Amino acid sequence: MEQAIDIVLMAFMAVTAIVMIRLRNLYAVVMLSGIFSLLSASMFVVLDAVDVAFTEAAVGAGISTVLMLGTLALTFREERPRRRRDLTPLAVVLVTGAALIYGTLDMPHFGDPNAPIHHHVAPRYIEDSPVEVGPPNMVTSVLASYRGYDTLGETTVIFTAGVAVMVLLSGVWRRRRRVAPLDPDAGRVSADGEGRPAHTETDP
Amino acid sequence: MFTVGSLFVLVTMALALVRAVRGPSVYDRIVAVNLFGTMTVVLLVLLGFLTDRPEFEDIALLYVLINFAGTIAVMKFVKYSSLAGPPDGGGGRGAPSGREGDA
Repeated sequence: MEQAIDIVLMAFMAVTAIVMIRLRNLYAVVMLSGIFSLLSASMFVVLDAVDVAFTEAAVGAGISTVLMLGTLALTFREERPRRRRDLTPLAVVLVTGAALIYGTLDMPHFGDPNAPIHHHVAPRYIEDSPVEVGPPNMVTSVLASYRGYDTLGETTVIFTAGVAVMVLLSGVWRRRRRVAPLDPDAGRVSADGEGRPAHTETDP
Repeated sequence: MFTVGSLFVLVTMALALVRAVRGPSVYDRIVAVNLFGTMTVVLLVLLGFLTDRPEFEDIALLYVLINFAGTIAVMKFVKYSSLAGPPDGGGGRGAPSGREGDA
């Protein structure tokens, strides 16, 4: 039964990805990307990677959907139709995918207790972390103590990125609010009929 | 019993996916994504009982919270184009028309 659920979830992910590529309405694409990250979060839970699943749900389905909607509010809602077909991306994807699959050929099996990753530092974490660090959850000890500097660096990167995004978005919003009362049509720049900025619809 | 429940939940997820893909209006898609999130939560709980590890229910509860807050954020963006609420003096009457012509 669990394998059936795996297969169905993977099929949903494939369908969502193909539809996202084919749709031209970017609003629908953003909504479908939320569904896609919910599906991948469920896949992570099925694979016992609960912490990764939680990050995926919070970041993928929560924050990044909101950020992409904010971007759509500042730009266009429709993707421009493509002029001609370019085969380079397909070739790049095929070559990269083939290289990745080739790389998995000599990997140990999923959950194999004799895999090298289970003999490097994992025994020390399992045996000594309750004494050396304290928390009963070993993942917490690894993240907060054994790899504390790594976690600090990650947090710094994410914090900087968040501040930068907020600065960028707030600058645009403040400028628009200053322009709006003088001239209601100030933001109404139509780009060759491809689509208009969404905020023109909210003008009084 | 959990198996039958999972089957029904998967069928509901498929139907919500169809609505999210085809739904002509913005609101169809928002409801579809919200329903999909709820079904994900139920599926996670059922998976926990299928694999005899119901400890992961906490994660399902937190998914519910993320789903709720995300839906509210999306609705505010659709109506006001920002998270801050209605602009000063603009009122809230500028909702975009629900029709978006696409395939």
